[in-house]
Amino acid sequence: MEPAVDVLIVGAGASGAVVAWSLAETRMRILCLEQGDWVKQAEFPSNGRDWEARQFGDFSISPNRRGNAADYPIHEEASPIKVANFNGVGGGTILYAAHFPRLHPSDFRVRTLDGVADDWPIDYRTLEPYFAQNDRQMGIAALAGDPAYPPKDAVLPPLPLGRTGVVIGRAMNKLGWHWWPADAAIGTREFEGRAKCVNLGHCIAGCAQGAKATTDITYWPEAIRQRVELRTRCRVREITTNETGMASGVIYYDAEGIERFQPAEIVVVACNGVGTPRLLLNSASSRFPRGLANSSGLVGRNLMFHPYASIRGYFDERTDGYRGPHICAWSQEFYETDRSRGFVRGYTYQIVRGQGPVLTAMTGMASGRIPWGEGHHDAYRRLFDRSAGMVSVCEDLPEAHNTVTLDPALKDAHGIPVPRISYTLSENSRRMLDHSMARGTEILEAAGARDIVAEGPLAHAGWHLLGTARMGADPERSVVNPWGRCHDVKNLFIVDGSLFVTAGGVNPTATIQALALYVADSIKQRLANLFD
Amino acid sequence: MIPPSAAHGVPGADDDAIFADIAASLDRDFDSVRQSIRQLDALAGGAFADRTADERQAIVQQFRDRYPALAAVLVAVVVRCYYRDDRVMRSLRMELRPPFPLGFEVENGDWSLLDPVRARGKIYRDA
Repeated sequence: MEPAVDVLIVGAGASGAVVAWSLAETRMRILCLEQGDWVKQAEFPSNGRDWEARQFGDFSISPNRRGNAADYPIHEEASPIKVANFNGVGGGTILYAAHFPRLHPSDFRVRTLDGVADDWPIDYRTLEPYFAQNDRQMGIAALAGDPAYPPKDAVLPPLPLGRTGVVIGRAMNKLGWHWWPADAAIGTREFEGRAKCVNLGHCIAGCAQGAKATTDITYWPEAIRQRVELRTRCRVREITTNETGMASGVIYYDAEGIERFQPAEIVVVACNGVGTPRLLLNSASSRFPRGLANSSGLVGRNLMFHPYASIRGYFDERTDGYRGPHICAWSQEFYETDRSRGFVRGYTYQIVRGQGPVLTAMTGMASGRIPWGEGHHDAYRRLFDRSAGMVSVCEDLPEAHNTVTLDPALKDAHGIPVPRISYTLSENSRRMLDHSMARGTEILEAAGARDIVAEGPLAHAGWHLLGTARMGADPERSVVNPWGRCHDVKNLFIVDGSLFVTAGGVNPTATIQALALYVADSIKQRLANLFD
Repeated sequence: MIPPSAAHGVPGADDDAIFADIAASLDRDFDSVRQSIRQLDALAGGAFADRTADERQAIVQQFRDRYPALAAVLVAVVVRCYYRDDRVMRSLRMELRPPFPLGFEVENGDWSLLDPVRARGKIYRDA
């Protein structure tokens, strides 16, 4: 048996890194177990001529496609939206676009304002200092003064608008609609030893420059300097409990595949909205027959993605193409509820630059705009380096029938049951997607685009895994309390996207990390009576 | 799928070097490509490669109509290699290098475009 640690964190991604860093100052003995490994910047696709091809291989966003040693399969046939993730130090931040919006004040009061779903037990003001702290730690590029948000500071200068931002911005102004340079976790100048962005343009396959703020180069180096131990290639199978119903540690497989038991005083789960319910459900025992921390029956329920639509057009003039961070601006014109649109809640547009040569061919041939055979080259040249558009990030509402469960048959390389996703797109989300495609088409028409293609939901865009262990004051209607502690197990905490009560219509990483800072702070403030 | 073009100065995807790259890079798509070839042979009632060009074109169209997912895989494996070939990249006026370490230039843009957005004022809801 390993020596006991004070705090055991499962997962070294966006939220696990934050908790490790924040708790390090307590001088407790902290250990993090991560199923993946460190990824070197020299290994990212942008280093080679096959930079586009590898995003469909070992750097695919789909764990099922990637199939690396760190990955576990996901049974997702019963979902039109497929999971995107990355398993390794840094987690999903390794392959994220570094688009960094916060939830809005209204996102925490959905029931009160719009009569749907539930209010969060905390509000924007609670998280505001943690948003700001996280922005400083990650180094967020932004332009202050966005009218879609309460005032917030910019840490670094904003990303360049580029030709894409200008052409879409002009169209938005013509329509009188909101747009703004996107907050981005990308170093627009050297920051805290991290390099300046040189517009490699391939953020979502890893940043070879090291300018993208991923937690392996932001939080982890500082946490490790403060003696947090990070053990990689260690896959946790289950959380164990003792006779008093408290978590006693975890059983995991080390890098050699040897089963080990790691005792701990506090266990923090940071495995994302799919990995966390998988682990809790696989930790069922005679004391917790429905899975750990699951007296509410809500572990694995209310899975929310953000259904995405893509709206892309082509221009006679050259756009930014494959150069520069993919997302340059956002619009939140349709973010807040307006029932006349036929749905509640809303969405964000991410304004996206163009595509590389391979993606141009793939999307152009898929849409029929580039033919097979005769005419291929002329058609291709009408599209290459001339595209721009947007994706809409639509708010999904929590529905109990959208679930993560344990697959009864399929197991990973260590014999652990894999997660099974069961998800249907709601009518509200469908209407929102349709609205976003129609308005997006209007924007591109106003911008002078031709050959406009709109499609949604995008199948391979299940980036945001939310809601499967939600927070709340009522133990019958939530899994964790308002500061991240499981109602059922008083030394077990959850800090990832599972906590979300509602999804908002924005990418969640900024909010996940702010929540993790808030939970860590709550632990520090209550150390004397943490388990009361 | 991608024929040569004298006008654009590019080879076809059946060029020896490109085809070798495709064959060597099938990787995760190996099984799907093998399945595609079997289906093409089945539609041809024998070896697809032995049919005339016109016949092959008609068979390919049938294949694309019946097996769109497999056809998409074929497109992917071909274009992933074709659109990194030096001759093709030159024709597109792309530099023959990976993005890192030099990166690219992106124009900063006209920030005054945001003036009307600012002038409109707050659009978020208080809560």
